[in-house]
Amino acid sequence: MVLILVIWGLLQAASVPERMPGHSAGTISERIAAAAPHDTVHVEAGVYTEPTIVIDRPLTLLGAPGAHIQGTGGHELLVLAADSISVSGFTFSGVDRTFMEDRAAIRVQDARGCRIANNTFRGVFFGIYMARATDCHIESNTLRSQITSETTGGNAVHAWYSTHLTIANNRIDGFRDGIYLEFTDDSRVEGNTSVNNLRYGLHFMFADRNAYTDNVFSDNRAGVAVMYADGISMQRNVFRRAWGASAYGLLLKEIRRGEVLNNTFDGNSVALLVESTDHMTFHGNTFAENGWGIKLMASAIGNVFSDNTFRGNTFDVSTNSRTLDSRFEGNFWDTYKGYDLDRDGRGDVAHRPVTLFSVLVERHEPVIYLHRSLLVDVLNVAERLLPVLTPVELVDPQPRMRPPL
Amino acid sequence: MMTTLLTFHIKDALRSRWLFAHFALYLIITEGLLLASGTGDKTLLSLINVVLLLVPLVGLVFGTIHQYNSREFTELLLTQPVRRSVLFGSLLAGVALPLMATFALGVFLPFVWHGGVTQDQGLRLALLLGLGSVLTITSVGAAFMVSTGQTDRVRGIGTALGLWLVYAVLFDGAVLLAVTTLGHWPIEKALLGIMLANPVDLSRLILLQVFDAAAMMGYTGALFTRFFTSASGFIMAGTALLVWMLLPLWSARRRFLSQDF
Repeated sequence: MVLILVIWGLLQAASVPERMPGHSAGTISERIAAAAPHDTVHVEAGVYTEPTIVIDRPLTLLGAPGAHIQGTGGHELLVLAADSISVSGFTFSGVDRTFMEDRAAIRVQDARGCRIANNTFRGVFFGIYMARATDCHIESNTLRSQITSETTGGNAVHAWYSTHLTIANNRIDGFRDGIYLEFTDDSRVEGNTSVNNLRYGLHFMFADRNAYTDNVFSDNRAGVAVMYADGISMQRNVFRRAWGASAYGLLLKEIRRGEVLNNTFDGNSVALLVESTDHMTFHGNTFAENGWGIKLMASAIGNVFSDNTFRGNTFDVSTNSRTLDSRFEGNFWDTYKGYDLDRDGRGDVAHRPVTLFSVLVERHEPVIYLHRSLLVDVLNVAERLLPVLTPVELVDPQPRMRPPL
Repeated sequence: MMTTLLTFHIKDALRSRWLFAHFALYLIITEGLLLASGTGDKTLLSLINVVLLLVPLVGLVFGTIHQYNSREFTELLLTQPVRRSVLFGSLLAGVALPLMATFALGVFLPFVWHGGVTQDQGLRLALLLGLGSVLTITSVGAAFMVSTGQTDRVRGIGTALGLWLVYAVLFDGAVLLAVTTLGHWPIEKALLGIMLANPVDLSRLILLQVFDAAAMMGYTGALFTRFFTSASGFIMAGTALLVWMLLPLWSARRRFLSQDF
């Protein structure tokens, strides 16, 4: 028995250091072990397969074109466990899914000031996983995955208990969640493209004071969902083609005191769902060709919708309540039937964006069968003149005659 | 004999200014929509309402009036050795064909000089024109049914208008009432069955399926989408439309064959 154990142990030991032929400098791990703090380690082209590489000192790891760190599937590839580490120029692949841990190609653990840029990730479970990271820059990486079901996928960029991150100009395709932030504050998410993910293009919870700018979220199966956050700012993003029974271009739940400015919502089944969300500013957004433009739940309080454009939506605004505490000011509605006699660019009669039909559909869903029937048109007009069921206060008193520029 | 009578009836219909007005109406509506919205997609969406309302109305009213107007001529022809079924067929085709043609041309032509349609738009336009033609036949059939059963002209036209009101508005009102009062029961499937009983609603649902898929995202919509995309649902909807074309015709023809003029 002892003999067997010893032989087994010897075999294990013999198989572990897998050295690539032709690399005189040895494995990446060996080179890191040999490097002084703040050195730059250059890695030439080639396929590197070795156990998890742990970087435990500040340094710059620079891959030449063709430098490829390939896993055998059962372990993470790179762990950043010290401050001021930079990793760029590599291709990462070969991290299998597992239900036991969030196995990632690159894990950042309790580190400051890291920079992960210009890398390519293919066929990995989680891409970049940050836990207690501070001041990290994740820039211009390409992450691709081809998972087939939501439960078997990992997230492309995942941050947990981190602050002051910059996640910019990454291209993400086909993960479970494209960008996932949890307990991650004071960060910037800019210029990313997150498409074809099986759940959300962007998903965050308990993430305060973050700015999301110029991103494109498109064709994600459930769209974008963000929850429990204070003081967020979302500007000039595109939310496109979140299409399905429970897909939302942007779902806001328990979001407070933030701003959603100049975004484009295009071709979603529901463009914007606002639930338990208060004191938000929605300004200058465009809602075009969606099923529902805005679904405003009764639990949403003190929100302002101004200078938005509504074009070609089946329902511009729907709500499940008659008493609402949100304001609509100077939006452009392509369904507006009013006139502008004094030519000041604002309609002279108020616009009621919530139609009777949308209220009926909200209450009794099968009524949708009557969509676009003459009866419904007549009822909508009658209700517009004399509101009985639609929210009385939900009016745009001075709608724009033309979309804001 | 059939062709002679048919050409005569079509020529007769073409001489009527109503038919030209019919053509001009669709032409102006489509042209106006294209000019106002600037996009073919939006125009097609707006045309749904127009087609679903106007086509049955025109079919019913024009069909009834035409029957009454040509009554003397019909009686004259019946003294000749002409089979009644042939006469009925030519009368029917003489109204339905020009109506379908003017409707289709009036809608289609503005798209031509506004730069044609994309493949996707083309399919939707074809569906719209197809269903419009089905509704034309149904409503002209119903008009003949009314006018052969009712010799009094005013009553006949009144009945035709009443039929239109029932199918275009009142039926939907009853459905709305039923849904809002029985909304707590699972009535979706029953509703589908009920919708088969109204050709206007059935056409509208088929068009929505293609034109306004986003509205069909909820549970009801999903059920409905599954119905129309399944083979059995497709066959059922097609059969229902076919029945709706043939039933009024069959009834009108039976009356016409046995009527004492």
